[in-house]
Amino acid sequence: MSLLEMKNVYKTYGDLNALDDVSINIEAGEWVAIMGPSGSGKSTAMNIIGCMDKPTSGQVLLDGQDISKLSRRELTEIRRDKIGLIFQQFHLISYLTAVENVMVAQYYHSLPDEAEAMEALERVGLADRAKHLPSQLSGGEQQRVCVARALINHPEIILADEPTGNLDEKNERIVLDLFRQLHAEGTTLVVVTHDAEVGATAQRVITLEYGKVTSEDGDISFGKGSSAIK
Amino acid sequence: MTGKTSKQAMYLRMITASVARRKSRMLIALLAVVVGATILSGLVTIYYDIPRQMGMEFRNYGANMILVPADSTQGGMTRESIDEAASHIRSDELVGVSPYHYENLTINATPMVAAGTDLEAVRATSPYWYVEGAWPSKPGEVLVGLQEAETFSLKVGDKVTITYTVTGDDGRDAIEENPVEFTVSGLLDTGGSEEKYFFISQEDMESLTGKELTYNVAELSIQANAERLQEIADDISSSVPTVSPQVVKRLTTSESTVLTKLQALVLLVTIVVLALTMICVATTMTAVVTERRKEIGLRKALGASDRSIMMEFMGEGLLQGAIGGLFGAGLGFAFAQLVSTNVFNSSITFRPILVPITVLAALLVTGLACTIPVRNATNVDPALVLKGE
Ligand SMILES: Nc1ncnc2c1ncn2[C@@H]1O[C@H](COP(=O)(O)OP(=O)(O)OP(=O)(O)O)[C@@H](O)[C@H]1O
Ligand SMILES: [Mg+2]
Repeated sequence: MSLLEMKNVYKTYGDLNALDDVSINIEAGEWVAIMGPSGSGKSTAMNIIGCMDKPTSGQVLLDGQDISKLSRRELTEIRRDKIGLIFQQFHLISYLTAVENVMVAQYYHSLPDEAEAMEALERVGLADRAKHLPSQLSGGEQQRVCVARALINHPEIILADEPTGNLDEKNERIVLDLFRQLHAEGTTLVVVTHDAEVGATAQRVITLEYGKVTSEDGDISFGKGSSAIK
Repeated sequence: MTGKTSKQAMYLRMITASVARRKSRMLIALLAVVVGATILSGLVTIYYDIPRQMGMEFRNYGANMILVPADSTQGGMTRESIDEAASHIRSDELVGVSPYHYENLTINATPMVAAGTDLEAVRATSPYWYVEGAWPSKPGEVLVGLQEAETFSLKVGDKVTITYTVTGDDGRDAIEENPVEFTVSGLLDTGGSEEKYFFISQEDMESLTGKELTYNVAELSIQANAERLQEIADDISSSVPTVSPQVVKRLTTSESTVLTKLQALVLLVTIVVLALTMICVATTMTAVVTERRKEIGLRKALGASDRSIMMEFMGEGLLQGAIGGLFGAGLGFAFAQLVSTNVFNSSITFRPILVPITVLAALLVTGLACTIPVRNATNVDPALVLKGE
């Protein structure tokens, strides 16, 4: 059984099909990139997988549980328990320090544990910045705090929508390295990206166009995947 | 670094960090609460102090019948006739009888009026008298009305020579003078006409004037309703021909309406100010929620329930309410003191009970003000607000 299964999913805004009969399978431990032109429905798909939105029709099975018909409240619980989110705009709480931002995720999930939050920051190489406010951190550092926050509760799946979109090459590499480590540890990763290089690091690239899956490359870890982009 | 933190500890850490580190925004709401709480505690203090300031609340329990001579050309009433009149009142009704003998006297040739009275009884019939210093307790002591104390520049502990002048039959020629030295034991502050007199014991008055006292007036404090009072008055006037009883309304209607109106005004101002505070806090909180939509969306994305979002914003609001209320309670007392010294020329006492009351009121106002903005916070759709732009 796949960790995530989307079956004939539609998401309709007025007469626009942001997702148009999308069926995707993602296995546990897989690292998948979702690519495609702007407006092709990547974020829409991510929001549905991340339990922030519901499909207009179709089935979404997470861990075998159909999440397409759940209430807002039930979705919140699943998001809290199973999903780690990373955004292009980082979205850290401005008045909390780095370590406190990580602890917020623990707070909603179970119990805040400062020592554990510190370990997570250490892992992303920010132990010495733990007491800094987001405004005192560089963009790359902020995104690393977000990675620490996403992994702190050991989610079944980490979803990242353009995680390197606002980063320079050096910081992009640091974040990709972190993903590589997480992947090696068995974490399931789904990363939306425009960047061919980021896409190439994934095991598999799913390409969306006008809300439809147009290609689903297999193992492209040898760099073949980049040809499927254009 | 410590291990697990409790959820409550993290909750407090988050809301205090928000209030402490997001100063400018919070300051406006906090300021509104402080101003509101200051006015509240200040005006409530004044509200309760107005009756005292006007010497009325306690006057309510004072004399409600006076006896005057039936025929004033015959001089004052004797002690016997006063006692006889008092005997017509049941002992469980009679609180006290204070006879007053007024006499024109002089201090350094300046005329003044002194009353010889039963000082013990006065304490029962005029419980609202406020004495700075002490009541006269031994012979040779005098209680001086505040106004006279100013005229003669007297203060507690001063010695003063009071002179009785024996006049001839025509009441004009001075035949003999009798000066006696008194010690000022206390100053009398009533806010009323009593402040224009000196008060000494009947015994001192007798030895000063050298004659047996007759009384110009006697004040009676009786525990009875208006009907029963009139009955007593009728009874006395028919059975004791030398005295004429008069029922006194304890508080004149005009005085009591002024008082009620003044208090109503203070109450109204307080309510208006609290309403304004609430509007200000609600507006600020609405702005805060709008400003922090992204943060709310993020918290929800991290798995925050509507309930925890509401608790967090409510917690921030109430924290400000508590801080503002505490400051307001202190500042309110200062404000009331300022008003009191400027308007009523007297200081007020600090009522500790007003501190928790003010804080509670501030919490109530901020809590109410926050309900709508906090509800709006839960309507934030994380998918929408977290979308990159
Ligand atoms: N809330 C919404 N209401 C109406 N239309 C929407 C809404 N959200 C998305 N859309 C539309 O759905 C389509 C897919 O949007 P989506 O955000 O998924 O694109 P995307 O692939 O993430 O694009 P980008 O690479 O620019 O982020 C777009 O045409 C967009 O205009
Ligand atoms: Mg997008």
